[in-house]
Amino acid sequence: MTLLISHLFLQHYWWIIISLLAGLLAFLMFVQGGQSLICTLPRNELQKTIIINAMGRKWEFTFTTLVTFGGAFFASFPLFYATSFGGAYWVWITILFSFIIQAIAYEYRSKPANVLGKKTFDTFLFINGSLGPFLIGVAVATFFTGSLFSLNYLNQVTWATPWHGLEALTDGRNVALGITVFFLARTNGLLYIINSVEDSEITGKSVKKLVMNSISFLVFFLFFIISIIVSPGFAVDSLTGSVSLENFKYLHNFLQMPLVLILFLAGVVLVLYGLGTTLFKGSRKGIWFTGPGTVLTVFALFLIAGFNATAFYPSLYDLKSSLTIRNASSSLFTLKTMMYVSFIIPFVAGYIWYAWSAINKRKITEDELKGEGHVY
Amino acid sequence: MIENVDLSLVDWSRAQFALTAMYHWIFVPLTLGLSFIIAITETIYVRTDRPEWKRLTRFWMTLFGINFAIGVATGIILEFEFGTNWSNYSWFVGDIFGAPLAIEGILAFFLESTFVAVMFFGWNKVSKKFHLASTWLVAIGANLSALWILVANAWMQNPVGMTFNPETARNEMTDFWAVLFNPVAVEKFLHTITSGFLLASVFVLGISCWFLLKNREVWLAKRSILVAGIFGLLSVLSVVFTGDSSARTLAELQPVKFAAFEGNYDGKHNAGLTVVGVLKDTGEKLGNKKINDFLFRIEIPGFLSVMTKGDRDAYVPGLKDLIYGTPDDPEIMPVTVKMERGKLAKDILDDYKRARMMNDREQVQNIMQFMRSERFIEENFRYFGYAFLNSPEDVIPDVRIAFYTFHLMVLLGFMFILIFVLALFFLFNDSLMKNRWFLRIAVVTIPLAYIASESGWVLAEMGRQPWIIQDLMPVTVAATKISPGSVITTFILFAALFTVLLVAEVSIMIRQIKSGPIH
Ligand code: HDD
Ligand code: HEM
Ligand code: HEM
Repeated sequence: MTLLISHLFLQHYWWIIISLLAGLLAFLMFVQGGQSLICTLPRNELQKTIIINAMGRKWEFTFTTLVTFGGAFFASFPLFYATSFGGAYWVWITILFSFIIQAIAYEYRSKPANVLGKKTFDTFLFINGSLGPFLIGVAVATFFTGSLFSLNYLNQVTWATPWHGLEALTDGRNVALGITVFFLARTNGLLYIINSVEDSEITGKSVKKLVMNSISFLVFFLFFIISIIVSPGFAVDSLTGSVSLENFKYLHNFLQMPLVLILFLAGVVLVLYGLGTTLFKGSRKGIWFTGPGTVLTVFALFLIAGFNATAFYPSLYDLKSSLTIRNASSSLFTLKTMMYVSFIIPFVAGYIWYAWSAINKRKITEDELKGEGHVY
Repeated sequence: MIENVDLSLVDWSRAQFALTAMYHWIFVPLTLGLSFIIAITETIYVRTDRPEWKRLTRFWMTLFGINFAIGVATGIILEFEFGTNWSNYSWFVGDIFGAPLAIEGILAFFLESTFVAVMFFGWNKVSKKFHLASTWLVAIGANLSALWILVANAWMQNPVGMTFNPETARNEMTDFWAVLFNPVAVEKFLHTITSGFLLASVFVLGISCWFLLKNREVWLAKRSILVAGIFGLLSVLSVVFTGDSSARTLAELQPVKFAAFEGNYDGKHNAGLTVVGVLKDTGEKLGNKKINDFLFRIEIPGFLSVMTKGDRDAYVPGLKDLIYGTPDDPEIMPVTVKMERGKLAKDILDDYKRARMMNDREQVQNIMQFMRSERFIEENFRYFGYAFLNSPEDVIPDVRIAFYTFHLMVLLGFMFILIFVLALFFLFNDSLMKNRWFLRIAVVTIPLAYIASESGWVLAEMGRQPWIIQDLMPVTVAATKISPGSVITTFILFAALFTVLLVAEVSIMIRQIKSGPIH
C-alpha cells in the first residue's frame, strides 16, 4: 500500500512539474508574440531591429523551456510521449519546423552573405511567431477534447485517421484555444516591449495595438473555457481504471478542487490587472502581472486536465486507450530519481535570474544597440 | 510485436534519423571544442589584460555564435524524433531513456543558453570576471549536454541497470548509477568530447594558417595556433587513447560490430590487426549477406590478439564463429540458440497477456513469478530481441561501411597528431611563414576532421544494426506505425531545409572569416 501511495504521489508531483513548465512556456511565448508583430508594429527598419533585439535576447530561453518540457514529459509520462508524438505526427512536425527556422533567424538575419536575405529570416521569425503558439494551443486543447488513437496490448499506438493530428483543426474548441494562445503571446509580447524598450514611438504604438490583441485574446479564451466546461469530460474510474464520458466533468474538477479554482481565478485576475494598469493607468509594468497570471492560469488548466481521476490524453476513438497520469507514467524508481533531479530547478531558476538581471540593467535603445558588439 | 512491418517505413525512418543526426553532428563538435578554446583565450586576456587577446577571443566567439545557432536548430528535431519516428522504442525504454534527456534539459541546456546570452551581450555590462566565468560555464554546459545524450546512446549499445516489467510491457530502470557509469557511456563521453576538442583545434589551426597565407592578422593567427596546437595535440592523444579503449570494450560487449569493422569473417589464433585494406566481394554469401575479402591489406601480425586479450595466441572470433558458434571458443552461443531463447521469452510474455485478458489470476501470478526469476532474465529475456529475427545472418551489419569508417577515422587520427606536432614545431622555430606547404595542408585538413568525426558515428550506429537496443529490440520493431509516405515527405523537407541552412551557415562563416576580426 505504501508503494502504491508513493507512486501515486510521484505521479501527481510530476504532473505538477509538467503543468508548471507548461505555464512557464505559455508565458515565455511572448517572444513568439513579439515576432508575429514585426510586420505591423515597427514603422521603419531601425524600429524593427530594436524590437527583434528585444525578443532576441530571450528567445533561447523559451526554446530551452520547450526542449525541457519535451524531455520532462518523456521521462515522466513516456506513454504520452510515444503516443502523442508518434500519433499526432503532423502537428508536432509542423511545430518543430517552425522552431528550427526560428533558431537560426536571429543570428543570421543581419549577417553579411547570409544567402537567403534579411527578409527571409524575418519571415521565418514571423512564421514561428504565429504558427508556433497557434499549433501548440491546438495540441494542448486535445487534452480536453480528445484524439483519435488506439493502443494495442503492447501499448503501441495506431492513429485512426491518415491526418495524424491535423484532424484536430476540425474541432472548433481546439482552434479556439490555438487562437487564444496566439493572441495571448501577442499580448504578452506587446507588454514586454512596453516594459523593456526605451522608444516612445514604439511603446505608444504598442499600447494602441494592445487593445485589439487583448480583447481578441479574452474573447477566445472565454469561448474555450465555456465550451470546455459544458462539454462532457473524460472521467476515470479509480478502481477499475476504465474511462467514461461524464457531463460537466471539467466543471466538477474545478468545484471539487477549490484550490485549483482559486489559482485559476487568481491567474485571470492578474492578467486582467496587468492589462488594466497598462491601458488605463499608463503603467509600463503590466508584464509583471500578466506574466505570473499566465503561468497560474495555464498551470491550473493542466491540473484540471490531469487530476481528480481525469484522463489527460483521452482517445475519442477508443476510450479505454485514454492516457491518465497513472497508466502513462514512468516507474516508481524513475519518478523518484527524477524527483531528486527536479530539486535542482530552483537553483537553475536562481542563476537565470541573476544572469538576466546582470545584463538587463539597461533598457534597449538605439544607442544601446550601437554600443553593443553583438546585434541581431 | 508488430508482426508484419513495412520495411520501407523502417528504412525511411532510419534515413530520416540518420540525416538529422548527421546534420546535428556537423555543428556540435565545433561547439564542444571552440567553447573551451575561447574560454582559454579569454582567461589569457583577463590575466594579461592585453586588448589583443580580447580581440582574438571575440573573433572566435563570432564564429562560435554562427555555429551554435544552427546546432540548436538541428538539435530540437532529434529530441522529438524519438517520439515521432520511434514511438514503439520510446515506450519500450522511455522509463530509462527519457531520464537522461530530461536531465540534459534541466542541467545542461539552461546553463548553456543562459550564459551564452551573458557571453554575447554582457561585454560592457558585467565585470570581466563574471564574463569570464560565463564563458567557462558555456563550455561546461555544452559538454554536460554531451554527457547526458551519450549516456542515453550508450544505453542503447549496452543496456544496463534495468529490468523488464511484463505488466507494462517495457523495461524499467532499477539502478540509475549503473546507467550513468555504464562503461560504454564513460568511454563514449570521453572519446566524443575529445574528438570535438580535436575538431575545433583543427578548425582554429586551419583558419589561422589561412590568415598567415594571406599575410594578414599575423599576431592573432600565431597566438591562435599556439593555443590550438597545444590543445589539439593533447586532445588528439586522448582521442586515440579513448578510441583504443572503446574498441577493447566493444570486443567484449558488441563482438559482432568489432568483427565487422575488422573485416574478420573467420576466427583466428594469433590474429593480425589491419592497418589499411581494401575489400572485395567474394561472390559468396552468408545467408543473405555478401562475404567480403581483402583485395589488399597491410597488417601487424598477432596484434589483434594482443590488443583484445593481451596474449599473442588468444583466439579472436570472426563473424562466422559469432553466428554459428565454434569449437575454438565454446562460450560463444550460436545465434539460432539465442533466437530460440528469445522466442521462448516472447511466448511467455504472450501467455501472460492472454492470461491477463482472460482474468486468470493464478496463471498471471505464476507467469509473473517466473518472469521475475533470475533464470528467466539471464537465459531468456536477455535474448528477447532475437525473437524478431528471421535468420541468424540478420545480425550482421554492413561490413564495408563498418570497415571503412573505422579505418578512415583511425588513419586520420594518427595524421592529426603529425599535423599538430608540425604546427608547434614550426611555430617555435618561427618558420611557419616559410613553410607555405604546411599552411596549405592545414587549411585543407579542416574538412578531414569533420569526415573523421562523422565516420565515428556512422560506425557506432550502423555497426550496431539490426539493433536499436543491443539484443533486446531490432529496428524493425521500433518504428512508429505511420505511412512511409509521411516519413518520405518529412525526410525531403528536412533534407531541403537543413541543406539550405547549411549553405547559409557556411557562407556567413566564410564571409566573417574573410572580413577578419573587428578593429
Ligand atoms: C556530443 C554531444 C552531443 C550529441 C551526441 C548530441 N548533442 Fe544535441 N547538442 C549538443 C551536444 C550533443 C550541444 C553541444 O550542447 C548543442 C550543439 C550546439 C548547441 O547549441 O548545443 C546541442 C543542441 C541540442 C539541442 C538544442 C538545445 C538548446 O535548446 O540549446 C537539442 C534539443 C539537442 N541537442 C538534442 C539532441 C539529441 C536528441 C541528440 C541525440 C541524437 C543529440 N542532441 C546529440
Ligand atoms: C550526433 C551524432 C549522431 C550521429 C551522426 C548518428 C548517426 C546515426 C546514423 C547514421 C544512424 C542510421 C543507422 C542506420 O539506420 O543504419 C542512426 C540511427 C539512430 N541513432 Fe544515431 N547518431 C548520433 C547520435 C545518436 C545519439 C546520441 C543517439 C541516442 C541518444 C542516437 C540514436 C539513434 C537512433 C534511435 C537511431 C535510429 C535507429 C537505428 O537505426 O538504430 N544517435 N544514427
Ligand atoms: C586511433 C584513433 C581512433 C580510434 C582507435 C577510434 C576508435 C573508435 C571506436 C572503436 C569507435 C566505436 C565505438 C562504438 O561503436 O561504441 C569510435 C567512435 C567514434 N569516434 Fe573514434 N577512434 C579514433 C579516432 C577518432 C578521431 C580522429 C575522431 C574525430 C575527429 C573520432 C571520432 C569518433 C566519434 C565521434 C565516434 C562516435 C562516438 C562513439 O561511439 O564513441 N575518432 N572510435
